[in-house]
Amino acid sequence: MVKIALVSCGTEYSGVQKEIEKAALKFGAEIILPEIDLDYINEAYEKFGFSAQSSSLKLMIARAMSIVEGKCKPDAVFIATCFRCAEGALVRNEVRRFIQNNTRIPVVTYSFTERTKADELFIRMEALATTVTRRSILAREKQEGLTLGLDSGSTTTKAVLMENNKVIGTGWTSTKDIIESAQTAAAEAFEGTGYNWDDVEGIGTTGYGRFTMGQEFGAELIQEELSVNAKGAVYLADCQKGEATVLDIGGMDNKVITVNNGIPDNFTMGGICAGASGRFLDMTSRRLDVDITELGPLAVQGDWRKAMLNSYCIVFGIQDLVTTLAAGGSKADVAAAACHSVSEQVYEQQLQEIDIREPLIQVGGTSLISGLVEAVSETLGGIEVIVPEYSQHIGAVGAALLVSGMGNRHE
Amino acid sequence: MVKVAIYPPNSLILADLIERKGHTPLALQKQIRQKIKDPEIDSPPMNITEEDPIKGLKYAAIEVPSGVRGRMSIIGPLIDAAEAAIIVDGAPFGFGCVGCARTNELSIFCLRKKDIPVLEVVYPSDEDETMLMVNQIMDFLDSLPGGGGDLEGEGNVLGEGSEENLGGQ
Repeated sequence: MVKIALVSCGTEYSGVQKEIEKAALKFGAEIILPEIDLDYINEAYEKFGFSAQSSSLKLMIARAMSIVEGKCKPDAVFIATCFRCAEGALVRNEVRRFIQNNTRIPVVTYSFTERTKADELFIRMEALATTVTRRSILAREKQEGLTLGLDSGSTTTKAVLMENNKVIGTGWTSTKDIIESAQTAAAEAFEGTGYNWDDVEGIGTTGYGRFTMGQEFGAELIQEELSVNAKGAVYLADCQKGEATVLDIGGMDNKVITVNNGIPDNFTMGGICAGASGRFLDMTSRRLDVDITELGPLAVQGDWRKAMLNSYCIVFGIQDLVTTLAAGGSKADVAAAACHSVSEQVYEQQLQEIDIREPLIQVGGTSLISGLVEAVSETLGGIEVIVPEYSQHIGAVGAALLVSGMGNRHE
Repeated sequence: MVKVAIYPPNSLILADLIERKGHTPLALQKQIRQKIKDPEIDSPPMNITEEDPIKGLKYAAIEVPSGVRGRMSIIGPLIDAAEAAIIVDGAPFGFGCVGCARTNELSIFCLRKKDIPVLEVVYPSDEDETMLMVNQIMDFLDSLPGGGGDLEGEGNVLGEGSEENLGGQ
């Protein structure tokens, strides 16, 4: 069983301990608490050097130290502190960095409230367990045979048909009924290739609808999108060796994953706020009465500084943009301001949770909005941002790639 | 005899001193024990569920972290019931703690603002200070209505090596 060390300031006091354990158990993992004695707490705390007032945070530091010093040997680490606690957030981030700088153990961080449920943690626990138990699958660098990848996202469903390391068909449709949408996307991917469902040697599913699709189509691989997207991104961007960061600004949530030699080793996932998602840009394009595909080039021509945007909120922020237009502002400036707003918010909420490693590979449907890609690069101080071919189909590519290592369904 | 709140709220030594003087200690252990024994809930290790931090809204607003409110849902009722309080400042882990500095700040403030007798002492760093602190606590407990109960062994409340007994480090 995969052992995930819980390094936290007291999840039991928020009533979320059971949810964390439930989420881990679902993916064959067990939550363990690094055992330490009283004397070691002070010793570790002083060695670490962060003056925390809360004794639980001192305990948290000591637990992290015991992992780094090899006194406790977990397969992965889950670091959690209370949402809205400044001291907790500071320690959480420093402890995360400390473990990552000194070990190769995968780490994920989370800030919880009493409302945190196991469902929210599933994908994180699944990805943590995957990086430990499926390293051999994640190490796959080449697609072989004929495989189909299906990605059922919150907004769109994507299908990719791959044959001998090449994408030969793609499909893309808005997500309605999970199975029907997958069939529509797959039919589009098969079109013109001469192949159909019966020819496929392996099916991989990912995204929110992965279990439903996986069951319906008898998929060989049903995998969360953090591992799959990371794999698809480094494969398409030809960055399978060395380090990279994968950024996917989705329709409902955002993912940032760091990768080392093609294997994800840390990630952060957020969302909830539509203002930091692709939905904000979708709303903006409707308000500007331009197609979403035109929003990017339009934004590139504009200057975000010229448009008033006092709120990140999808309601009030969009209202600000409308006000700018009413005052005679240009559509280009408004488009640029919308891209800048999303990029800035993703940076503030998520990219700060992770140590960015260059190059940054931007994927997902929003990576086709050139203004957003430019805004992300600018927000991060002008770093190199790669948008690979088929970036909007990243999950489906990753699923088709990974499933090709799992044998031929006809044999 | 009065109900005496203590801080740290899970200090066994403080609770013991209060009982020896015939008062009732308002200790966290009893609250936790009650939660653990509740057969209806199964959320180990402490059976705190989503409902508890919501109950903690009585003491702290929604923007306060859930961990503080979860702790306050247990400590708050003890503070509400307190007729006197003993606060030991700067105590190490072994003496008792709830793990969260913000909870400490709020709990101590709530005790201070109540119109009840409050004794505040600093955790001792040597044997002399330890004896002084214990005497202060004893005097305080004697001064409370119904105080001065059973003093069996009072002269040697802490016994040999008093600092270790207090959980000193």
